[in-house]
Amino acid sequence: MGWIGEQVDSIKSIQFRQFITQTISLGMIVTSALIIWKGLMCVTGSESPVVVVLSGSMEPGFKRGDILFLHMSKDPIRAGEIVVFNIDGREIPIVHRVIKVHERPDTGEVEVLTKGDNNLGDDRLLYAQGQLWLQRHHVMGRAVGFLPYVGWVTIIMTEKPIIKYILIGALGLLVITSKE
Amino acid sequence: MHSFGYRANALFTFAVTILAFMCAIASFSDTLNSPTPTAHVQVLSINRFQKRPDGDDEVSMTFNISANLRSLFTWNTKQVFVFLAAEYETSKNSLNQVSLWDYIILEKEDAYFRIRSTNKYRFIDQGSNLRGKDFNLTLHWHVMPKTGKMFADKIVMTGYRLPEVYR
Repeated sequence: MGWIGEQVDSIKSIQFRQFITQTISLGMIVTSALIIWKGLMCVTGSESPVVVVLSGSMEPGFKRGDILFLHMSKDPIRAGEIVVFNIDGREIPIVHRVIKVHERPDTGEVEVLTKGDNNLGDDRLLYAQGQLWLQRHHVMGRAVGFLPYVGWVTIIMTEKPIIKYILIGALGLLVITSKE
Repeated sequence: MHSFGYRANALFTFAVTILAFMCAIASFSDTLNSPTPTAHVQVLSINRFQKRPDGDDEVSMTFNISANLRSLFTWNTKQVFVFLAAEYETSKNSLNQVSLWDYIILEKEDAYFRIRSTNKYRFIDQGSNLRGKDFNLTLHWHVMPKTGKMFADKIVMTGYRLPEVYR
């Protein structure tokens, strides 16, 4: 009983104004992270300006855990570009290289075929049933640069969500109990 | 102010900033390199030139590629992805690019090479437009760094022509 009384006392001792300040600063951190993310989306013209490489299909160039910086411009898609695309019905975007391009004259519409550098065959097996080509609207961006290893944080947090909860819980606890 | 938590946080932030700065400088050093690559492709024979059952033309050929791409390598280069594409125009498509062969070069010494090969990937048109078609063979390369910005460029070689009749 005395222990519960102590806990209640320590919670009451946190001054109300200080608590509000800390909540606001936490809110500011979250909002500025969101602003940076949305700003990056505008600048690069792509829905997700940064992706994590999840499979080994582009080794030895891109290994699992690398992050890729994407950029999407109105320039036509050409052979050799590394593109990130979504297949209808699949959630995870795929990062592979364009090996064939067929472009229509008037509309500029394009049909491309992709292949992972480390795969033996092209990506027709990955496309949706009956789909032979990718069109421009499937492509989310072109890879323009990359950083090694940084993506492992995201992979760990996705595959072992318990770590995500522990981190957020610890952060929340730190914010509440710090006296400054 | 001097607790373990604050010190660890300051150290971590500093380390990450320095690392990011080093990656940026490494990538920037790639722009100081001015490469002088050379390449030459010779089509040795057209092995097979037929119309497929679905109506599209298909070509199989053997070619000789010799190239010197050593000047593309810098200390920040992880690999150079090189591929040979046939490029041509038809009445249906304003541009067709078909990759015939590709290779991953990991070491600078391997970048001076001479190979003979048939096309790794099938050269299939969308339609039946390839008889007597003039086409370019373009050697593209993609320099993938250890960290930072990737560079791509190409050498266009013109003057190739497919036969007038199937064989």
